[in-house]
Amino acid sequence: MIQYNRFILDNGLTVLVHEDNATPMAVVNVLYDVGARDENPTKTGFAHLFEHLMFGGSVNIPDYDEPLQRSGGDNNAYTTHDLTNYYCQLPAQNIETAFWLESDRMLSLAFSEKSLTVQKKVVCEEFKEHYLNKPYGDVWHKMRELAYTVHPYRWMTIGKELSHVENAHIDDVKAFFFKHYRPVNAILVVAGNVKTAQVKQLAEKWFGPIEMGEKYIRSLTKEPLQQEARKLTIEAAVPLDAFIKTWHMDARLEKGYYAADLLTEILGGGGSSRLYQSLVKEQKLFSNLDCHHFGSIDAGLVTIEGKLVKGVSMEDAEQGVAAIINAIQEEHVTENELTKVKNKTESIIAFEDMSVMSRASSLAMYELLGDANLMNTELDKYQQITSQDLQFYSKQIFRESNSNTIYYQAKK
Amino acid sequence: MNLDRKTTPSIIDAVSFDLHLKKCDEYNLDNGIPVYSLNAGAQEVLLIEWVFYAGNWYEQKNIVAATTNFMLKNGTSQKTAFGINEYFEFYGAYLNRSCYNETATITLHCLSKHVNELLPVVAEIIADSIFPEEELNTYRKNQQQRLSVNLKKCDFIANRLIDEYIYGIHHPYGKYTSTLDYDQLNREELVAFYQQFYQQGKCMIFTAGKVPSGLDKSLNETFGHLPLQQRAIPTIQYHLHPAIEKKMHIINDPNGVQGAIRMARPFPNRHHPDYQKVQILNNVYGGFFGSRLMSNIREDKGYTYGIHSYIQNHIHEGAWMISTEAGKDVCKATIEEVYKEMDILCNEPIEEEELSLVKNYMIGSVLGDLDGPFQLIARWKNYILNGIDDQYFYKSVALIKTTESDELQELAKKYLNPNDFYELTVI
Repeated sequence: MIQYNRFILDNGLTVLVHEDNATPMAVVNVLYDVGARDENPTKTGFAHLFEHLMFGGSVNIPDYDEPLQRSGGDNNAYTTHDLTNYYCQLPAQNIETAFWLESDRMLSLAFSEKSLTVQKKVVCEEFKEHYLNKPYGDVWHKMRELAYTVHPYRWMTIGKELSHVENAHIDDVKAFFFKHYRPVNAILVVAGNVKTAQVKQLAEKWFGPIEMGEKYIRSLTKEPLQQEARKLTIEAAVPLDAFIKTWHMDARLEKGYYAADLLTEILGGGGSSRLYQSLVKEQKLFSNLDCHHFGSIDAGLVTIEGKLVKGVSMEDAEQGVAAIINAIQEEHVTENELTKVKNKTESIIAFEDMSVMSRASSLAMYELLGDANLMNTELDKYQQITSQDLQFYSKQIFRESNSNTIYYQAKK
Repeated sequence: MNLDRKTTPSIIDAVSFDLHLKKCDEYNLDNGIPVYSLNAGAQEVLLIEWVFYAGNWYEQKNIVAATTNFMLKNGTSQKTAFGINEYFEFYGAYLNRSCYNETATITLHCLSKHVNELLPVVAEIIADSIFPEEELNTYRKNQQQRLSVNLKKCDFIANRLIDEYIYGIHHPYGKYTSTLDYDQLNREELVAFYQQFYQQGKCMIFTAGKVPSGLDKSLNETFGHLPLQQRAIPTIQYHLHPAIEKKMHIINDPNGVQGAIRMARPFPNRHHPDYQKVQILNNVYGGFFGSRLMSNIREDKGYTYGIHSYIQNHIHEGAWMISTEAGKDVCKATIEEVYKEMDILCNEPIEEEELSLVKNYMIGSVLGDLDGPFQLIARWKNYILNGIDDQYFYKSVALIKTTESDELQELAKKYLNPNDFYELTVI
């Protein structure tokens, strides 16, 4: 049970406090309700580029990192399709430094042209390092475009193409900031060796004076139900053939999400999972094989991907996968196997909750989903899933007409 | 209210903190296995690690140590590979194994409540692994495939080659794996290595987390009577064969858009009197986000997504390494800037303001790193394997607080000489 206190400032900023006096540290986590799904399709990659710009100086403070490091602190940030999250950890005595820094960049950035120029280059190098200069690096760009026709999960958080990042203009930066980076669209979590009264006083002092801004109301087009299987063959200079297939699954808060999560564990989680045991170890069709999903807030994708053992045909590999899926749709998962994946989930949650930083970001994420207390009811939702549920959802998810397949073939 | 947003709120310098390293408990099992235990943390979770002197230092043929270590989970006379995996996964536990240069480990992460179910199967793995031929064949083939993908990556190639240049291809720190090595593996060698270095080998146990009462007794019942600790660790000396040519440029992929740059010089291990002070110098140079390399090459010029320098964490000899991936057309300019920053450290004293920032940052990260049982036991393990104790910790903290700029400049002159550095670009 994770304890926390919640209050909301007059300007709409939600503040959560999680006290833990066993640590000498404090964590300040600021989540903004904006991600790659909120981007203009002709200016993709912007939410992530913007995350970089948040370190390029704010209206009163030329350098974010320097004073934080001087206070003994460290920080980082990440952007997903759904949200952007900034966190710093520092000795609890110096927590006011974090309030000062985070509130100033919520007040306003410096909007420096130099920072924009440099960070565009840095992000382009990041793009190259992770997606262009790696074998199979473009596979998720292709898969997202195949699986989503209208929903903005169609593109990667890094951006659809380098030119979108290269063409970003300082006016775009300003408009994005004042639309999304307002108190009313943010969640502040303070955790560690702190007291709620102290946090309240500091939050009022530093964040209180910031103008509320307008609540961003998201209206994304829902991805229509897929009616027909989609397939794509790619040839590239890679050493091995790869197979990747996805199916649409339910959104984060739906029951189907929890079922899909357990299904991916049964199919692909660890050395005793069905796909690994059958297709890697027994039939030797794949040299490695994963089954996973991204935990996205809107309806996401269940994925099975792997590299084929040399000499195995794509068709045989695909049939191997189909047989495993067929079995989970036709026969009930045994109690033993269901207990296994639930035990695993219990254990994953316990390990995640070890660090204060991870507890802080989870609280922010669940608050974004609607209520921080969802963090405490999560395990129950998994416990309630039955083997009947798994059968029902495996039939709903793993329909061929709901699938997207890429044959990623090694150029001969 | 008039809020001053221009001035930093007053801070307490982290260098004034009194850092304390929690001691770990120590006891021996009946057969002499030392156990180091750290009871801390709020979550009901536990880590247990078995450390053997079974790293690649002790193998006579390439990848025998790593393969033996990997295959510990692939079958005992009682259980198949699937049976072992299923057993641990049923309890939501993770059993991992890793092979390093001197040591090799088996690591268990589990909920504290399940530990007594899990220990006997770990013992079975240590005492009774059988290395099935078929499992070895599958492993060999899949690893060869994995290698063929990795060989397309410039960073993978660069990491292998820079180590080879510094230590030589026959040194455990410098050698790497070829497809042929996998072909030449045979089961008998694995079994022999297993007998000598696991079944009868020298073992240490580390435990951390919410340690349940009676764990010492369970460990003794399960591991205290195994025939471990019977073979002395062989003394093996390796000679360094550093490369003669210092500057290398390799085209691995003619269509590559980035180059992996590695620059390195030999550097002594942590027993050397300069080691701890150089850690401070390294932080200034390229050891964290606010370092000079990062500020100049990423934050000012945008040549790379990241650039870092670090001292390799080896027990014997080490290296001081600079590592980055930069745009193909700016690789040369990046290397020039790396040398330029060396030059500045040699010729100009670090200003007090910058040095105090780095010191506060370092103490702050040590403080953060002492938070949590797994981090603490990792620190203790590192100390024990390197033959040092908590005096090293207190000395290191004291040095961070007191080392002066002129001492760091002398160290820069001693170690940051461009002529001593290997320089490698792989595109």
